[in-house]
Amino acid sequence: MENTNIKSKGRYGNYGGQYITETLMTAVLELEEAYNHFTNDGAFNAELDGLLKNYAGRPSLLYFAEKMTEDLGGARVYLKREDLNHTGSHKVNNALGQVLLAKKMGKSRVIAETGAGQHGVATATAAALMDMDCEIFMGKEDTERQALNVFRMELLGAKVHAVTSGTQTLKDAVNATMREWVSRIEDTHYVLGSVMGPHPFPMIVRDFQAVIGREIKSQFVEAEGKLPDAVIACVGGGSNAIGSFFEFLDDESVALVGCEAAGKGVDNPLNAATIANGSVGVFHGMKSYFCQDEYGQIAPVYSISAGLDYPGIGPEHAALFDSGGASYVPVTDDEAVEAFEYLSRTEGIIPAIESAHAVSYAMKEVPRLGRDKAVVITLSGRGDKDVAAIARYKGVDLHE
Amino acid sequence: MSRISQAFEGKKAFIAFLTGGDPDIETSEKLIRTIAEEGADIIEIGIPFSDPLAEGPVIEDADERALASGCTVDLLFEMVGRLREDIDIPLLFMTYYNPVFKYGAAKFAKNCAICGIDGLIVPDLPFEESAELLLPLHENGLELVSMITPTSGERAVRIAKEAEGFIYCVSSLGVTGVRANLSDEIGGVIEQVKTVTDVPCAIGFGISTPEQAAKMAAISDGIIIGSAIVRIVAEHGRGSVEPVREYVRAIRQGV
Repeated sequence: MENTNIKSKGRYGNYGGQYITETLMTAVLELEEAYNHFTNDGAFNAELDGLLKNYAGRPSLLYFAEKMTEDLGGARVYLKREDLNHTGSHKVNNALGQVLLAKKMGKSRVIAETGAGQHGVATATAAALMDMDCEIFMGKEDTERQALNVFRMELLGAKVHAVTSGTQTLKDAVNATMREWVSRIEDTHYVLGSVMGPHPFPMIVRDFQAVIGREIKSQFVEAEGKLPDAVIACVGGGSNAIGSFFEFLDDESVALVGCEAAGKGVDNPLNAATIANGSVGVFHGMKSYFCQDEYGQIAPVYSISAGLDYPGIGPEHAALFDSGGASYVPVTDDEAVEAFEYLSRTEGIIPAIESAHAVSYAMKEVPRLGRDKAVVITLSGRGDKDVAAIARYKGVDLHE
Repeated sequence: MSRISQAFEGKKAFIAFLTGGDPDIETSEKLIRTIAEEGADIIEIGIPFSDPLAEGPVIEDADERALASGCTVDLLFEMVGRLREDIDIPLLFMTYYNPVFKYGAAKFAKNCAICGIDGLIVPDLPFEESAELLLPLHENGLELVSMITPTSGERAVRIAKEAEGFIYCVSSLGVTGVRANLSDEIGGVIEQVKTVTDVPCAIGFGISTPEQAAKMAAISDGIIIGSAIVRIVAEHGRGSVEPVREYVRAIRQGV
């Protein structure tokens, strides 16, 4: 279907847009104006660069996984170590950018949704650093599977709300945060954690995460003297993936692969593989692909990974899927857990269960590629938060 | 003048909302007949949605009850068709955009026209995104009700210039739900839009008592009551017809 709406903004092909209530329109228009103003301002960009370098620890390493490469016996494998950032994931890139922007906009309070807790922790961290009030909304089920992150957020001074509506996971956390924002837009900024929601969020979050791909490109060229053959990342809403891909969108020789959470399998109702199983819809402020029924009711999705347990995908990914600019593959819980353990044993790196979805795809694909090829896997976060959940999955009693 | 705008002629309009299919289609149908009998000028029928982002807990729970009872858009089309045998006032669907989009906007609009729906209110389809729905609605003789809020600012006039049916004026920030204290700040926005349009303005969000209804009616052309009715349905379930009748009667007298 052609998009004939000339008034609509923030389109990626037919996707994106601003499907939100009139009250929130005021807030997103104010945000867009502020974003355009401050990101054209050298002082803002210098301050953010300083925070990324001196506080978050950027640039993150591009690590040649020599043992994994030898073991898999195909393409050379590099890991983009977003897990080494302060707070333990790529989420800090966006959180620092948005909280700094909110501060410049004169806001005194930030709110955010979180799934696995990584975005909540990153937002609470940035808020502590910049003296902002912070409240985090997290599905009750996720507060239980990620109890450690709840306590981390509270240590950082944030108030954590356990959301008890719906499926009590990431989707419901987003609902609750949007409802909170609509009741208090004057002093509050919603730090959306992924490349989703109404324009300008997919653009803002992508721009703040694009540092990942820029670093990959320069670090890889320095190491190998050429571009990688593939860049692989996990996709829920898709922020670490678009951050990794964006710099390579015009490089046709680089395959871009997003790994979706297939839960118990794409043929089992318990999955969150939006591209594999979803259809085009309008939800959470954007037109994109969603897991939904024939009447447009949003489906209750499932993944072992709280961070990928979301029924939609960012609009730019939807457009990249349609255009073939990137491909999207499903990875099951079992495969992700196997990759989680594999990377831990092989390289001594415990990846986030989200990132393990990308590792799993690489484990299957790398042996099929020639030794003259090289791939980059974005390790979006570290796996400390997942250790208890993996133990439960394997039936190990940790006496917590 | 459209059927929806005509409902405001010579009086302050009372617009009632309830979630379609809550607690089941049969009770919903009886409730709509009762509300019409008691003198409501327009009835909004909410299409239940899995994730009603603009709603507070009262209507969110109603949507959940309706979906659990098996309510679908097709069943609501059939229900409205039956209601049209003896109800003449304008009937609107209040729906999130995804159920319309997924159904196919053209097919949705056509079925609305066939069963006797006069227009739609789509809270997550702001002015900027409305073009894709307006065409199929207009082709089927339906109207799209626009919303303005206390924060609309200069947007209010732009929205009002293209408004049709009536303008849904949101009383205050936040989601739907009963409010103890109701500000009249939306009054200023209404005065502003009145300079550019003759389309009636009705105030909704937060109104529950006859006194609040009278106060809001005084600064507008009509009032919308939703959560206060749905709350009665939540409490009395299938036995809610008579309590809703009493409540609606009291409000009608207040407006």
